[in-house]
Amino acid sequence: MTNPTSSGWLSMRLGYRFNLVGVSALGIILLWAGVALFAPQIIPHSVGEIVDTDYFGPVSRDLWFGSDYLGRDIFSRILMGARYTLGISLAAVSIACFSGVALGMTAAVAGGWFDSMLSRFLDALNSIPSKLFGLVVVAAVGSSIPALIATLSVIYTPGAYRFARALAVNVNTMDFMVVARIRGERLPYLIASEILPNILGPVLADLGLRFVFIVLLLSGLSFLGLGVQPPYADWGALVRENIGGLPFGAPAAIFPSLAIASLTISVNLLIDNLPRRIRDRSAE
Amino acid sequence: MRGQVSSLVVRRLLIALITLVIVSFAVFFATTLLPGDTATILLGQSATPEAVEGLRKAMHLDDPAIIRFLRWVAGLFQGDFGKSYANNVPVATLISGRFVNTLKLAGLTAAIAVPLALTLGITAAMWRGTLYDRIVTVGTIGIISVPEFMIATLAVLLFAVYLKWLPALSLTNEVKSLHDLVRIYAMPVMTLTFGVSAQMIRMTRAAVVETLNTPYVEMALLKGASRPRLVLRHALPNALGPIVNAIALSLSYLLGGVIIVETIFNYPGVAKLMVDAVSTRDLPLIQTCAMIFCLGYLALITAADIIAVVSNPRLR
Repeated sequence: MTNPTSSGWLSMRLGYRFNLVGVSALGIILLWAGVALFAPQIIPHSVGEIVDTDYFGPVSRDLWFGSDYLGRDIFSRILMGARYTLGISLAAVSIACFSGVALGMTAAVAGGWFDSMLSRFLDALNSIPSKLFGLVVVAAVGSSIPALIATLSVIYTPGAYRFARALAVNVNTMDFMVVARIRGERLPYLIASEILPNILGPVLADLGLRFVFIVLLLSGLSFLGLGVQPPYADWGALVRENIGGLPFGAPAAIFPSLAIASLTISVNLLIDNLPRRIRDRSAE
Repeated sequence: MRGQVSSLVVRRLLIALITLVIVSFAVFFATTLLPGDTATILLGQSATPEAVEGLRKAMHLDDPAIIRFLRWVAGLFQGDFGKSYANNVPVATLISGRFVNTLKLAGLTAAIAVPLALTLGITAAMWRGTLYDRIVTVGTIGIISVPEFMIATLAVLLFAVYLKWLPALSLTNEVKSLHDLVRIYAMPVMTLTFGVSAQMIRMTRAAVVETLNTPYVEMALLKGASRPRLVLRHALPNALGPIVNAIALSLSYLLGGVIIVETIFNYPGVAKLMVDAVSTRDLPLIQTCAMIFCLGYLALITAADIIAVVSNPRLR
């Protein structure tokens, strides 16, 4: 797959071939990451300040994306919303993938009843539709931000577990694993030094996909009014707040959705265009 | 070898049953975690402690959780879903009409999405690598990466706001003619169809492409068979199992989709009922709706697994 003559400086540096779509997708993701980090410094108006005398105002030179249902600047609110959408999703996906991958590798290496019990249990959790799971748990524990992060990570742990376990089971049958076992290495060493390096590429690609699922679920919950609560607002909550402007074709009802789409489509395109060497490392 | 298939199917059904038990356990305990005492919620803040105590006794709220769980499951089997806290109506009466509405929505979506997705998925695989294939592939990635409410809002914006062809809200009690039916169902069905088909197209295309990579298809190519003949006669019969599996899996996506779609279009279905129940903290209603959804989801993914087993000729 790697063709050194047709690749640019980036591939010379990294030894991987990136294409234009992948690079531009990465650019958009980094842009949103930057926005999330520096939002308070770059927003043109305060998020709570009413700057327009009209509500659901149109796009203008001062208000780039128009104004919301109270006449606040929707551009600033989207920039600040990036912090909640990206922050909560990133925290949840990190917890879900860390625990899922750690459990998956342990199950693959340990085997036996630990493996079968855990697999049975997590498969059962996996067969609850994610949105429904979110609804029920949020109804139970409330929608504070830590509760949201915990709920989202619990929902996506079984998937990460299944994926990592399937990869780790393959690595587990390799000769070097047998050697390491004979050497008398213990479980933590086997997992961290023998299995993990061999499944890292696909696991990271899976993390990206799961991040998209989490962003979509979080936005969906916020859209239903069960996610991030006022006065804070993530992108899903912004759509909910301004859905009343839809019949007038207000830009405030559309732009938050576009923000979500730009992020999730970019992550999906980046993963789709990752060099095969990273994505399918275990397949080699 | 026949015995092998049936034992695998029985095994899968058993697993589904165990899963159902774990799921109902999870649903029950998640809902009993709800903060606040049910008796106090029902009687209001001004209730006397004696009244609260009496109601707790009458509702068996002081029993251990496991007893309440067993009683709840026993009730489910007898068709007794309990009474709604919010308006003291049996849950079964609240749900029955709504359930039919949701089934109608899901059935219509499936009737449109399945033929559409199969056509697009198979043709995309047939002309793999062409511009048409790239458009279909990028289009489906785009659709599965955006939230359902975005598809719904864009549909409202286009058809209700700019073109003014359709109403923005669904109200099924106004159906008088076929014209009304189309006007009311068009947008919810369209939104759901987009999501379901995108999943199905991706999986169908992958299944057909995989069979196209087999030696016997290469053989057919070498003997000079045309592309459509290659796909339809040689590849498709062997890809049928994975395709039906893909259909069942994608239809399970409907269950998540209806929650958003029924809310945004104000459609009187089970999902809308459940979202409302969550905001009013109506426990028995949440539990029953959640069980309906889990049961539907589990049935679909189990069906998908069983089809994959039965259609695998190596096991027959």
